[in-house]
Amino acid sequence: MKKKSIPAYFGKAILYICLIIWAILCLFPIYWLFTFSLKNNTEIFGGNIVGLPQVYRWSNYSNALLNGKVGIYLLNSIIVTAMTILFTVLASTMATFAMQRMRWKLSKVAMSILLVGMMIPIHAALLPVFVVMRNLKLINTIWSLIIPYTGFAIPMGIMIISGILDGIPRELDESACIDGCSIYRLFFSIILPLLRPAIATCAIFTFLQSWNELMMAVTFISKDEAKTLTVGIQSMAGQYLTEWGPIGAALMVATIPTLLLYFMLSSQVQKSLVAGAVKG
Amino acid sequence: MNKVLSNKKAIVFFMLPAVLFFLLVILMPVLMSFYYSTLNWDGMGSGTFIGFQNYKKLFVGNVDNFPLSVRNSFLFLLASVFIQIPISLLLAIILSNGVKGENFFRNVYFVPVVLSTVVIGQLWMKIYHPDYGLLNTFLRSIGLSSWAHGWLGDQNTALIATFIPTLWQYTGYHMLLLYAAIKSINPEIFEAAKIDGANRTKIAFRVTIPMILPMLEVSLIFSVIGSLKVFDLVYVLTNGGPAQASEVPSTLMVRTIFMGYQYGYGSAMAVFIIAECVLFTFVVRKIFRALQRD
Repeated sequence: MKKKSIPAYFGKAILYICLIIWAILCLFPIYWLFTFSLKNNTEIFGGNIVGLPQVYRWSNYSNALLNGKVGIYLLNSIIVTAMTILFTVLASTMATFAMQRMRWKLSKVAMSILLVGMMIPIHAALLPVFVVMRNLKLINTIWSLIIPYTGFAIPMGIMIISGILDGIPRELDESACIDGCSIYRLFFSIILPLLRPAIATCAIFTFLQSWNELMMAVTFISKDEAKTLTVGIQSMAGQYLTEWGPIGAALMVATIPTLLLYFMLSSQVQKSLVAGAVKG
Repeated sequence: MNKVLSNKKAIVFFMLPAVLFFLLVILMPVLMSFYYSTLNWDGMGSGTFIGFQNYKKLFVGNVDNFPLSVRNSFLFLLASVFIQIPISLLLAIILSNGVKGENFFRNVYFVPVVLSTVVIGQLWMKIYHPDYGLLNTFLRSIGLSSWAHGWLGDQNTALIATFIPTLWQYTGYHMLLLYAAIKSINPEIFEAAKIDGANRTKIAFRVTIPMILPMLEVSLIFSVIGSLKVFDLVYVLTNGGPAQASEVPSTLMVRTIFMGYQYGYGSAMAVFIIAECVLFTFVVRKIFRALQRD
């Protein structure tokens, strides 16, 4: 081992200080959000902006969940996200299987057309989808979100799933066929279970996109009973302009599921976002 | 077996859901956007065809400051490319070089990426609050009270105040992309460079960066497109204000359509944003093809 010189140690110290400062910048706002979600305005505006609360006001949370309708928003977010993930996973695994494994003339063309969808920004669909949903009387229902979210998630889903499906040997299809397995059984009981890791990646990717989407959510939904967390909190913030406690609690309610998911599955979450980029 | 794998009915069954969603949500809307953009239409009835008048209105004798919003999105773009990407790259190189707590730092830096933009926006609104916000409290505590003001309400600082949370939110994502790319480089290459006597800076510029060019390209395309279509944080923080100081094309588009009921004109903005994204993707690709040939 080479002995390290003093400047080298010094450099290392500066390096770690920078890394730690950036880490604090990343975490401190969340800590701060958590503390003010437990305070009332008197405490916050009375000079205790940064410190831990003197009294832990968990009532902010029950207020937000019950009076502020955050409970309904949370439920809507969960339904919208779950349905979007379900439809996306089903539609993209089925289509990928048909395009990559089954034999038909236009399979490659279909694949490239579907993948072009990844390049289209959601802006392009905002007004046309709004008009269609309005004509179908679906505005202000969660379907006006589930359908476009699914549509925009499918191209990425196909991309992620095709990568993994490629690694599953085709001999599997052949031996299943020889054994007299139908195409539907081959897909649903043999291929689908093998695709689990790809499905997890696709589900996480879709979760983050639909849980956090804002543009369509704020333009398509104005009735409380169909609002998701993003649009619900955005409109709540307008009403509770000066009440920091309940709005902080609502923000925490929207954040906790994503943070939990992230801390449980951080490597999988990171993998899924990198997978999305590598293919893009 | 061929018979099973080319079962027409099964192909239709498997393809149908994806194709329906694609047609309904992506292909048809894009075509409809082009069509709407040629109409003078307030959303009621059927509108009248006016050719490219709406596009002309975006830039010739414009009255709603669309060119300013485009300029603002370009400032976002420049800041992303010249501030955000270099910071991300630096963090990625440092972390992948093996520091203590590598995984901890990587996971922490990524936390803002998974938060919802509404949460981040509301949080930063509180940080910027003129009286009780974190930023002004901090400035006052270090004796810079004269700097403290309403950052989002001031025309001079609104744009930069909306940019900083964007930077904060996505730096971790770009860092992760570049980190993953560096980690996939064969370690023997670094060993060889070290044996040849290259120092850290030299390794970074001569080995690491050239080898992760493909991922750097992806990262740049994401940040360029992200800047051109930026909506969420601007909408939450300022909605383009004050006096359009932080206006971007998307916020103006949404207002034009849903509050101004100018469906045709708003669609021209949408088409403009799509065209920008496609064009800039193409430009970044061209630049990187040239770089990689060297």
